[in-house]
Amino acid sequence: MGVDRSRLPTLGTERSFKFPRIDRTTFDNGLRLMTVEHRQVPLISVLLLVPAGASADPPDRPGLAAITADMLDEGCGDLSALDVHEALGRIGAQLETDVGHDATVIGLTMLERFLDRGLQLLADMVMRPRFEQREVDRVRDLRLHRLLQLRDMPPAVADRVFAQLLYRGHPYGHLPIGTETSLRSIAVREISGFHKRAFSPRRTTVITVGDAPHGVMADAVQRAFGPWRSAGDGQPPPDPETFAPPVPPPGRLAIVHRSAAAQSELRIGHVALPRSTPDYHAALVLNMVLGGQFVSRINMNLREDKGYTYGARTAFEFRRAPGPFVLQASVQSETTTDAVREALGEIRAIRAERPVTGEELALGRAALTRGYPRNFETADQIARAAAQLALYDLPDDYFTRFVPTVLALKEDDVTRVAATHVDPARLLTVIVGDREKLTPSLPALELGDASEIPVS
Amino acid sequence: MDIPFIKHTLDNGLDVLVHEDRRVPIVAVNVWYHVGSKNEVPGRTGFAHLFEHLMFEGSQHYDRGYFHPLQEAGAALNGSTNADRTNYWQVVPTNALDLALWMESDRMGYLLPALTDAKFENQRDVVLNERRQNYENRPYGMAGMAIVAALYPPDHPYHWLTIGASEDLRAAQIADVRAFFQRYYHPGNASLALAGDVDAAAGVRLAERYFGEVPGAPRPPRVALDPCPAASREIRLVLEDRVELPRLYLAWHSPALFGEGDAELDLVADLLAGGKTSRLYKALVYEQRIATEVAASQNSREAGSFFQVVATAAPGRTLAEVERAITREIALLADRGPTGTEMERCLAQAESHFIFRLQTVGGFGGKSDQLNAYNTFLGNPGFFQQDLERYRNATPQALRAAAAQYLLPQGRVVLSVVPRGRVGLAIEASQPVAVS
Repeated sequence: MGVDRSRLPTLGTERSFKFPRIDRTTFDNGLRLMTVEHRQVPLISVLLLVPAGASADPPDRPGLAAITADMLDEGCGDLSALDVHEALGRIGAQLETDVGHDATVIGLTMLERFLDRGLQLLADMVMRPRFEQREVDRVRDLRLHRLLQLRDMPPAVADRVFAQLLYRGHPYGHLPIGTETSLRSIAVREISGFHKRAFSPRRTTVITVGDAPHGVMADAVQRAFGPWRSAGDGQPPPDPETFAPPVPPPGRLAIVHRSAAAQSELRIGHVALPRSTPDYHAALVLNMVLGGQFVSRINMNLREDKGYTYGARTAFEFRRAPGPFVLQASVQSETTTDAVREALGEIRAIRAERPVTGEELALGRAALTRGYPRNFETADQIARAAAQLALYDLPDDYFTRFVPTVLALKEDDVTRVAATHVDPARLLTVIVGDREKLTPSLPALELGDASEIPVS
Repeated sequence: MDIPFIKHTLDNGLDVLVHEDRRVPIVAVNVWYHVGSKNEVPGRTGFAHLFEHLMFEGSQHYDRGYFHPLQEAGAALNGSTNADRTNYWQVVPTNALDLALWMESDRMGYLLPALTDAKFENQRDVVLNERRQNYENRPYGMAGMAIVAALYPPDHPYHWLTIGASEDLRAAQIADVRAFFQRYYHPGNASLALAGDVDAAAGVRLAERYFGEVPGAPRPPRVALDPCPAASREIRLVLEDRVELPRLYLAWHSPALFGEGDAELDLVADLLAGGKTSRLYKALVYEQRIATEVAASQNSREAGSFFQVVATAAPGRTLAEVERAITREIALLADRGPTGTEMERCLAQAESHFIFRLQTVGGFGGKSDQLNAYNTFLGNPGFFQQDLERYRNATPQALRAAAAQYLLPQGRVVLSVVPRGRVGLAIEASQPVAVS
């Protein structure tokens, strides 16, 4: 039987998918446990989530949360820094520490048969870090070297300046790695003080995903973390939901000069929505149409039509306090002004002039919902999904409700969200590129005078 | 541990591999063409990758871009090109398997009727932007080009990186696309793997249905390459770049992918620089603090690999110090071999990496990608377990011997990447190298 090439095959019946069931326990010390039984390969993924990230840094100590997290595996309990890594290596474990704006997440994936050993190591790191002076100094130096190298990385420079201008006087106004001045000043007692305030069982959630029932996981976690007691001194870091809004940016255009740059690195955006917004799903759909996937308006325009870039994308970065809406792209130096004009034009147009069409809505909704089960394939993916529930206070049936909620959205919902939450007049454009190549054409964008920001 | 599969070769020469894994209602569709930048010729470098871009621009029976219908069906998709092969994949909900096969077979059979000058020019611009973004505008981004150019003679196809030279990309002609497609993009030079929520027999039937009509062609001859003899002398080069800290690259010729010594050198790389207790990290970064980062890798390729060590000097420290420390550690390993503890750690890591590889059906490195890799390079899609055995069977003596045989000071390329205007920071007697 030949293939009918006159039309695309129609989709078959959608297979149902059962989202992973989450079981919970709260231990006597206040530690919360979420477990998911997941049969696949003999691996267990463990995440430990502490709701304190870079936004918990004291105003004069940007980078404190990140260096604290970095120090946890540099000696703990009876183990020296090298002992910790030798022990992790011997059980084939992978350790990943991620300090975001709202949270610190420590991930450990290990062979199932080493569950107890892995949890014990994780518990030692979190409960009994040594914070020895010489190890702190060594790690501090490595982070300072990293900062130095970031000066030459246009995406990192653009991210830093964008955050700094968008969130003036606000805890989201710096990158987790912090600044040179601050890193040089951080004292060991500040690190241990931060650890005591931020890391306590009452504020921590452990998530385990692997081929073991809840009871087995809970016993293992109890053995490792049961003895953990809250330090009880000092206020925990504030919830980002209580942050006062940032001071608006001083202008609409900023340049970081990079002479003879091969490309211009762009960030365009403004402060937008918190994760708790009731418009979350509509904003996701809006983003799919605007710049959230390959076939979005902005990528099709800037890449596939104009050839200005290897790719352009937009995102609403959802956090506990309002995060940014941001467009990111690296564009050819000669076409930078044109690329910014096109990008701003697309953002403006989707609010009224060319609102989301029925076809685009269908595509955006379908792309989000039909592929949704793909996000629950590996233990690590499931653990990270569960961590989102814990970090943003989402209900356990959140995953089950996601698809119907998105499918219920109409054009009007998406257009209303565009009109309400995307404001062209407030968009800040940051360009890391060659000033000399940009200066002649930039005034045509009518964004006012460009402020020039030093590399650091 | 393995990836169970069935294999069936269609009349037109297409290898079809199907692996069932019904846990999530998704299917991975993965196609490998046995062509990469090593099939290019000087003056037309970068072409295999430019061609890959054109595969996403539409084909005769659906000429409105490759992404749209698949993203609308809930798919994730991508492709990539390296020196030895080009791969394309989509992970689709089960109910979109027919769609993915229709699309994938349409571009295998009917790409050229949809090819236009406008698409070609546009994707050339996109690729030139990709090159600027990922190489020219990135610190140390040009080092890889300098390394391979020094390791291999100019007429050797590993002499250039897959991204190619800008002037060659500009010189590419649309006629080259047609010739390349006819030579390399046909069932006889391809392997199709399906993995996920699909019945094995049904998967073969579907593959036959959509791909069976695509005409086969003779498999292009393998690129005949002389194994590069280990260089008889050390080559020292210096490259100026917009960087803050000088960085040292050491590179050696090493055994080809799956060749004798390949797995051993992969373990040597882990032992040298995998994690904080590795020899180089411990010596250079942790104890002596002369480097701020160090990495080692066995870059395995079909017609000959290269082994590389990269270290960035800490501020105020010199590349000469870094070089001496690395050379000393490698010599020590080549002399005495790894300890029992080191072997245990390396093998535990290797084993868990193999298990990690069984977690996803699709995407880069997923099970479908691995079946195609083993099938394309070895004609044996079931090689997973044997591949793991290569590591399990590696002995401390074999690691020592591999280090002693391949990582010799006299056979290496030494590249210093230094801040602009600071060539004095390079290893002494380094020759300036120009890459653009």
